[in-house]
Amino acid sequence: MNDDTIALRADGLYKVFGRHADEAVIRLHQGTPRDQLGHGTTAAVIDASFEVRRGEIFVVMGLSGSGKSTLIRMLNGLHEATAGTVEIGGERITDIAPKRLREIRRQRVSMVFQHFALLPHRTVLDNVAYGLEIQGVAKAEREAKAREVTQIVGLAGWEDKLPGQLSGGMQQRVGLARALTADTDVLLMDEAFSALDPLIRREMQEQLLDLQATLGKTIIFITHDLNEAMFLGDRIAVMRDGRIVQVGTPEEILTDPANEYVEQFVQDVDRTRVLTAESVMRKPRAVVHPTAGARGALQVMRDEQLSAVYVTQRDRTLIGWVSDRDALDAVRRGERSLERIVRPDHGAVAHDTPLAELFIPALEAQLPLGVTDARGRLVGVVPRVTLLATLGGEPEADAQASPRPDPLPAAVVDRALEAAVDSGALETKEAI
Amino acid sequence: MDFRIPFGSWVEAGLDWIEDNLDWLFDLLAAVYVALYDAVVWVVATPPAVVVIAVLAVLALAARGWRFGLGTALGLLFIVGVDQWDNAMETLALVVVAAFLAIVVAVPLGIWAARSDRVSAVIKPVMDFLQTMPAFVYLIPAIGLFGIGVAPGIFATVLFALAPGVRLTELGIRGVDREVVEAGQAFGSTPGRILRQIQLPLAMPSIMAGINQVIMLSLSMVVIAGMVGAGGLGGDVTKSLSALDTALGFEAGLSVVILAIILDRFTGAFGMKRGLHLIRRLRARGRADDAATTASSPGATAPSTARDTVAA
Repeated sequence: MNDDTIALRADGLYKVFGRHADEAVIRLHQGTPRDQLGHGTTAAVIDASFEVRRGEIFVVMGLSGSGKSTLIRMLNGLHEATAGTVEIGGERITDIAPKRLREIRRQRVSMVFQHFALLPHRTVLDNVAYGLEIQGVAKAEREAKAREVTQIVGLAGWEDKLPGQLSGGMQQRVGLARALTADTDVLLMDEAFSALDPLIRREMQEQLLDLQATLGKTIIFITHDLNEAMFLGDRIAVMRDGRIVQVGTPEEILTDPANEYVEQFVQDVDRTRVLTAESVMRKPRAVVHPTAGARGALQVMRDEQLSAVYVTQRDRTLIGWVSDRDALDAVRRGERSLERIVRPDHGAVAHDTPLAELFIPALEAQLPLGVTDARGRLVGVVPRVTLLATLGGEPEADAQASPRPDPLPAAVVDRALEAAVDSGALETKEAI
Repeated sequence: MDFRIPFGSWVEAGLDWIEDNLDWLFDLLAAVYVALYDAVVWVVATPPAVVVIAVLAVLALAARGWRFGLGTALGLLFIVGVDQWDNAMETLALVVVAAFLAIVVAVPLGIWAARSDRVSAVIKPVMDFLQTMPAFVYLIPAIGLFGIGVAPGIFATVLFALAPGVRLTELGIRGVDREVVEAGQAFGSTPGRILRQIQLPLAMPSIMAGINQVIMLSLSMVVIAGMVGAGGLGGDVTKSLSALDTALGFEAGLSVVILAIILDRFTGAFGMKRGLHLIRRLRARGRADDAATTASSPGATAPSTARDTVAA
């Protein structure tokens, strides 16, 4: 009933605290706003549905009170769902016997907590080995495994300390190690880095990405910090007042917010770190193929009012660029081929380069910054005006901005006229 | 005024019914109480006083240090000096038995109350009742049920001393960080295991404070139980009261105080994380032996983690 790519699926999840919970679900389903449910009944999560793919980092983001902590606790049954289902690896975990639920927790899903939740009376090593201990793994084996993971998270040498002797960042490494040692496919992280200092937080985020890249865990990460969400998330679910208002990649959330709330929320995000060249690039106005020759290139540039143009193969593999001046000289010398005047220093950037790293190349490039895909093909360009417009929060603004090609010096124009007359390619009327 | 609620008669009738129908139960309880009491008395009163004092002083030394050890020895020698040693040992036996029984009942009750709001709602007023009822009042039905002697004294003492044990156990377990309990659940631990490995160890300071209170209340009640012939220091205190014997009263009374202080410090030592501390020290000593062989590994990794410590 399930394909293997889905690690966890939530379908129509509701969590209502207080009296008349079932009745409240029906009323919410019929559209009653959550603040009209009456006294003593609180809807924490309303109709949450999403799928988490194997090996992805799925971030649930929302402010406090948005229901995100309740939601994550329903994903491993710490909170019983009032309605709806949760499946982990294709197996339902809602409405099952407590014994089976415990087995699933041991084998399928572990958790990292906001305030670490370590056992203060046990050493770091015993804490890290805790999951295996519950799984019934023999002492020697679990300690060997725990030692290994402790090393991975950078805590070698601290195995025999008590959690109270460690700093916050180190304690959370223990929490992370404990979850990793349990060796489950799915990792739930509840505001795991929120209690840490900003510098340590950044370090932990980077470490998490490293670990995820090597271990390939499926991670569901709860946070109230949008920058953290954008940094970590392959996909982000934005929650508000118990509902998921948008699910999408960081770029989708930024560039195409589902409603005003999300839009306001993402206002303060550092776009230049989230958006990539790919997300802001435009279709190149023109490219030329080597077969077009010098004259063909010059003609394209004239038509498009460009001072330079990219040269690509037929399959769009980027070769270099030519300037109008070089093309003119070549035409004047009677050269047909582009070969000698193509400059290879195109300075194009990879499609996944963050915006922040585009500014200097964009300044240095002679023409709109080229963007290439993994196979070196030119997939787009980023004009400087687009960069500016994106920073201003309105990526579409540059559509109206008129391009300003460098005016050709008078002498060049003369030569152009000359060349045009010589070749007969241009009509005099047009040249004027 | 004709209006009169015959509450007293109700209680009496109820107790009469119990006496008639549950006599076997109280006979059994009495037998257990007396057997336990005799056993403890045999342990503390058979050896010469000097031996008992030496053993207690050494224990005190281990628990809190030399000052407590010395104080214990001097205090007990004073009791011997005022010729209250046998009484004091009887009282000690009463306290040990009564407190033991009270703890055996109180801690599980407290755990149960911590896990269920409904149980807690029932237990709370019962504990209020037990704790605030004037202590003497328990003695009246106790005589009815057990007759004169050690058994009614222990029975009344257990009832009177129960409450703080239940309360502080419940409080301690409810006070355990919710996230830590959730961590146990999230890794698939069973409720029993969470109780043993997480809730009880973390609630231990509070539970030990409760046990300390149980013991102190037991001691004060055991003295009162001297009125029903429970013997020990309480017997001498009661005797001095009826004979207006100031000298005897103060000698027995001061012996109670000394016993109380010793008992309090002993249990207090295990209350404030002292138990944990001892275990940690023992472990550290074990580790120090092989630390020499692995000394290089912590040094190698220290720089990477030192940053954390500084920032936090």
